[in-house]
Amino acid sequence: MHSSTGQWVILAVPVLMVLALATLSWRERRALGPDAPPGFIARNGWPVASFLILAVVLWTVFMIVLPLLSMIDLSFRPRLPPAQWGNARDIYTLDHYRFFLFGSNTSTDSWNVTHLKAFGLTILVSILVTALDFCICYPVAFYMAKVARPARLRLMMLMLIAPYWVNELLRAFAFRLLFSNQGLINRVLMSLGLTDQPVDFIAGDVALYSGLAYAYLLMMMFALYNAIETLDRNLIEAARDLGAPWWHIHAFIVIPHAKPGIGSGATLVFMLTAGSLAAPLILAGPRSLWFTPIVYDRFYQAFNWQQGAAYALILLVACIIFVLGVLKLFRLGLGEIAK
Amino acid sequence: MRADTLRRALVGFYILLFFAYLFGPLVVMGITAFNTPAYPQAWPFEGFTLDWFGKLAGDKDLMLGLRTSLWIGLLVVLVSVPVGLAGALVMTQLQARARSFYYLIVVSPVLTPGVIIGISTVVFWRQATQLTGLRFFYDGTLMTVLAQSSFISAYTMLIFLARLARFDRTLEEAALDLGASRWQVFRDVMLPFMAPSIGSAAVVAFLSSFENYNTTTFSILADKTLTTVLAGRVRQGTTPALSALAVTIIAVTVAGALLYEVAKRREEAKAARRERNALRAESQDMAALPGASDTATQAI
Repeated sequence: MHSSTGQWVILAVPVLMVLALATLSWRERRALGPDAPPGFIARNGWPVASFLILAVVLWTVFMIVLPLLSMIDLSFRPRLPPAQWGNARDIYTLDHYRFFLFGSNTSTDSWNVTHLKAFGLTILVSILVTALDFCICYPVAFYMAKVARPARLRLMMLMLIAPYWVNELLRAFAFRLLFSNQGLINRVLMSLGLTDQPVDFIAGDVALYSGLAYAYLLMMMFALYNAIETLDRNLIEAARDLGAPWWHIHAFIVIPHAKPGIGSGATLVFMLTAGSLAAPLILAGPRSLWFTPIVYDRFYQAFNWQQGAAYALILLVACIIFVLGVLKLFRLGLGEIAK
Repeated sequence: MRADTLRRALVGFYILLFFAYLFGPLVVMGITAFNTPAYPQAWPFEGFTLDWFGKLAGDKDLMLGLRTSLWIGLLVVLVSVPVGLAGALVMTQLQARARSFYYLIVVSPVLTPGVIIGISTVVFWRQATQLTGLRFFYDGTLMTVLAQSSFISAYTMLIFLARLARFDRTLEEAALDLGASRWQVFRDVMLPFMAPSIGSAAVVAFLSSFENYNTTTFSILADKTLTTVLAGRVRQGTTPALSALAVTIIAVTVAGALLYEVAKRREEAKAARRERNALRAESQDMAALPGASDTATQAI
């Protein structure tokens, strides 16, 4: 299929989307009968209504939907010099996805081990980091939501947010200073005589993984805190009076109640970790594997934008699958996640 | 009771440990900013110096990047605050399925990795430039503003939605009944009600833009922001000047947070005093009324 068809699809989708939304809201309003609120324009007046429509269309169409569609489109197009774009050879192809799997556009004999391994490891480590962040945050979030007094709570909130005012790059840099060969940890270890050679934490990915766990801790913390905070304290008291041991209270009362918070925290932390670029650039060793730097190199080292777009789409699909998985696992709606 | 005390001590210890993890790396980095060796080193402490801060101020690229970052942040505020407000207002006017469909679209940037937002934005504007021949939009700074605004508008929208949930529709109806036009209702009822959240949305938008790296690095092309220059510096080699930069950022934010806290305390104290005065005035009025004290005693 020639790539020019794609252009029409890309242009048609936003129009269809706007039409679908307008029809849907019109029908739903009509279904309400006489109780229905006044129509959009009657309700806002012309000046405000046109501002609302203009702003929302600019945002959804030109900043969200069209960019995403053109990235998808590009990922299926062959790599051609700009002069040949749109000519007879510009036909949709799966070349870039084939390359991701097999490391070659033509043969399928061997797997593309480097990229597949980096991708798999990125997903796996992101899941582990998410779980780790949950374990680290849960006790603190519970303490803040149910035990701490208001004055201490405000102090803790401030102390939680403060480190995250510092740029993500500089936070990663701080971990580099801790873990490098001449870093603080190695100096302490050597002066204590525990080791006479510096331990290479960077090549061992210790620095990378602890930096990643640190990087997005706050998302999990606030998601958990907000969810636990809404739990009625009486439920905990009642369980305690009935003789439930403390871990029963957490496993059967607090955690089930906090499920939407766990879901939204997990989604955000996973997405941010899998898509993080700063920590891997700064904390990864020469042999470390992470997917986003590979994507970056497709664009600005290899200048193969088509392939880069394909790789980005693969990452996006993985994130969507994870989000859907979490929704299914926790039986949540999307609305409860993004709060 | 012994077990209870033990558990409390354990929880306290855990929280201390947690904050040590949170602050430890930053404290170490902070010390290296004041230590003389050229390789950032916290211990042993060889001598106090402020040279690294001077090096920082003399770094032309970094200062240029800082200026671009401030501009981008300002533009992102100007785009994402009105867009987020419009997004939130439209959301409150939709029903059931239309609302979930709309929600799915506008919240998707929050759940999309930043690198992908940056990539899709450059790809789209490159394609658009190719098709239309307009070179205007294929500009690093402008694309960065657009790319950042796509998800920062979703943040501001969520802030506005939280505020709108407490909006009393009858205010709007009262204004209309009193003969206000739709535009007057928007200007004199809705906007003043939203004013505090407009302030916080602007702050959130600016800070998210200022510290963004993942999206920016793809969409900035040949231009430079503070974060992209910084990334280059960190990869080149480690120098205490970077620690000095971090210390500066921390100092500015701590000062900002303290000012905010003081302002908030003062505001609260003022509100409390006003309430006390009002109560006292009320009780004096009550006392001034003949027979008021009798009724009060009877009621008791």
